[in-house]
Amino acid sequence: MIETNQLTKHYGDFTAVDGISFRVEPGQVLGFLGPNGAGKSTTMKMIAGFLAPTAGSAKVCGFDIETQPIEAKRQIGYLPEGAPSYGEMTPRAFLEFVAEMRGLGGGARTRRIDDVIGRLQLESVLAQPIDTLSKGFKRRVGLAQAILHDPPVLVLDEPTDGLDPNQKHEVRTLINAMSRDKIIVISTHILEEVHAVCNRAVIIARGRLLADATPAELEVRSRYHMAVSLTAENAGAAREALSRIADIDSIEIDPQDKRITAFPKKGRMIFNAVSEALKAQNIAVSELQLEAGRLDEVFRNITLAPARETRA
Amino acid sequence: MNATTTTPMPANPVLTIFRRELASYFATPVAYVFIVIFLLLSGAFTFYLGNFYERGQADLQPFFTFHPWLYLFLVPAVAMRLWAEERKSGTIELLLTLPVTMNQAVLGKFLAAWAFIGIALALTFPIWITVNYLGDPDNGVIFAGYVGSLLMAGAFLAIGSCLSAATRNQVIAFILTVVVCFLFLLAGYPLVLDFFRAFAPQGVVDAVAGLSFLTHFGAISKGVIDLRDLIYFALTIGVWLYANAVVIDLKKAD
Repeated sequence: MIETNQLTKHYGDFTAVDGISFRVEPGQVLGFLGPNGAGKSTTMKMIAGFLAPTAGSAKVCGFDIETQPIEAKRQIGYLPEGAPSYGEMTPRAFLEFVAEMRGLGGGARTRRIDDVIGRLQLESVLAQPIDTLSKGFKRRVGLAQAILHDPPVLVLDEPTDGLDPNQKHEVRTLINAMSRDKIIVISTHILEEVHAVCNRAVIIARGRLLADATPAELEVRSRYHMAVSLTAENAGAAREALSRIADIDSIEIDPQDKRITAFPKKGRMIFNAVSEALKAQNIAVSELQLEAGRLDEVFRNITLAPARETRA
Repeated sequence: MNATTTTPMPANPVLTIFRRELASYFATPVAYVFIVIFLLLSGAFTFYLGNFYERGQADLQPFFTFHPWLYLFLVPAVAMRLWAEERKSGTIELLLTLPVTMNQAVLGKFLAAWAFIGIALALTFPIWITVNYLGDPDNGVIFAGYVGSLLMAGAFLAIGSCLSAATRNQVIAFILTVVVCFLFLLAGYPLVLDFFRAFAPQGVVDAVAGLSFLTHFGAISKGVIDLRDLIYFALTIGVWLYANAVVIDLKKAD
């Protein structure tokens, strides 16, 4: 379990993290969302035991990061921002080093190293200095050292940054596979990632925790939630047909691709009404979609809102 | 396997860091360049400036005399990367989030750098063979000279390690270290003492004079291994390494 209590970090006069409290239980994959400079990385650095909090506390599996730092660090696998590693070492030597620092010896060390090499597909680069590897491989080496000791807690700062779409998919699969019995905290500014791996999302801006909910709950806050979008050959006729539906509050047409979005009145379901109206009028549509809500819009609304309390 | 259920007995982290660091010197040309230059310069100083042959004495006094000046530039070159590079590449975050205390990390890195300089120093053994071939030197004095030289290198290195933690720029770390080491070298000489005499009471001036590397090294290299000189270097190393840990703690957030 990770538990933070009013975690705060000041840099001089600047407050990077301002009283953040949350709990994460095993099985949860918590996504840290927020604009650049919001305090995501600083929070993670404090949980990982790199930075000391100015105020407040954090506990990892019951160990306080300030009073029992070594025990706390043993529970954590940490991927720092940018996935740093010792460039002159080969991935094999680097993993050997981390394994030794983690107290893995003998057969367990060989087994774990072979396991992470396989999971992150590092076989082909094991003997090359890390400096000479591509960004994707460097990131995977960083991930490999984080999961090497099979920790109960993983703290991953932008684990998929710099990976190509295939590699991103692989890393997300890896995270999903590990998520069952672990506590995983990842930071990202890629919103699709929240859907792909997280079952809980926390939005941070200006050092404050502004929302804490499941991705689906966040989508409900979008004005697109339960809206219906469609693309019709005859946009004018479609709009005309929709405007007669009582439960529709407003209709917007995208000036770029003429895609029509109809927003329901509060709490109303309009999908069936829309599809029946179109059928009745014989209006051909090339696609028709019920929107779940748009995370990017929710994200913008929450993070750009003037500094008012919007706690979930 | 789960880390909570099978709390593994960690190997000594100081030793692990020590081994990694020492290996990293030899993974790049840096080590070889350093060793070659150290050997070339120490030889050139001994024979040309120290008049090794002309003196007609079977000892290594001309060899050791120039070590402080050699170290003044070469040790900061080794020390400058110690923490500045960790900070610049971000590996400091990786290192300090492993289950290791700050003191262990500082000590492991310091000892590796010290051992590296020790290797370079040990490779000067041909000059010891030469002097034994040519004459009949007091090998006890020579041994003391090597001990003193290594201790002084350690003191330079501890200063450099601390200052390297204060910046992520290796050039700045190098220059700062050279300046501070220079002041410590000459602490017993008018250049430094006159500055303190201008405002400090005599007690302070005497204390500063007692900090001189040259005085302490000179005593040891003449074969007089005085406990006070050993303690002096050990304390100097200890104090600077302690400061090193404090500086890392203060600056790691930047």
